[in-house]
Amino acid sequence: MDDALRTRITDLLEKNKVLLFMKGTKSFPQCGFSAQVVEVLKRTGAEFATVNILAEPDLRQGMKEYANWPTFPQLYVDGRFVGGCDIVTDMYQSGELQPVLERAGATKPAS
Amino acid sequence: MVEIPVLEARIRAGVPGITHLAIEDLTGGKDHFQAVVVSPAFATMSRVEQHQAVYRALGELMHGPVHALALKTYTPEAFAAR
Repeated sequence: MDDALRTRITDLLEKNKVLLFMKGTKSFPQCGFSAQVVEVLKRTGAEFATVNILAEPDLRQGMKEYANWPTFPQLYVDGRFVGGCDIVTDMYQSGELQPVLERAGATKPAS
Repeated sequence: MVEIPVLEARIRAGVPGITHLAIEDLTGGKDHFQAVVVSPAFATMSRVEQHQAVYRALGELMHGPVHALALKTYTPEAFAAR
């Protein structure tokens, strides 16, 4: 991948604490796996941004290489790759996801 | 499109010590699969690394022929305790 693309990716990850690379958008996911992760994130109450990789072929290829991960969605928290649909859903169900989001300051801790 | 035995052979060749492997064709279209992979080799890996190990084993099959792969990875202990 070229430097411009790598810079774009690191820039996106720096500016968005919780960032989901997905197929489609938050309002109109175009894949069941992407829709599922959007739903999980909404339930956590976390603020998150999304990138529609279907609209950006360069990013679609670039993120596969960046994460060494061949599929979407891809969830990043604080610049770190957390996982795809299976892992994120498992983490939510086992209660592991919420603390990760709280540590990143993306969600208000339960009082 | 990919046949299940091809996927099985790739995963067995790429992930050492597999004790259980089950692959299901979710749609009958030979491109949407679900795989359960159990190996003691996963014990020292994070979940991301476990899935990366399976993706690496499948190589170029993940870039086109396989459209979707729902993946569950376990150590034998975690698999027995489900």
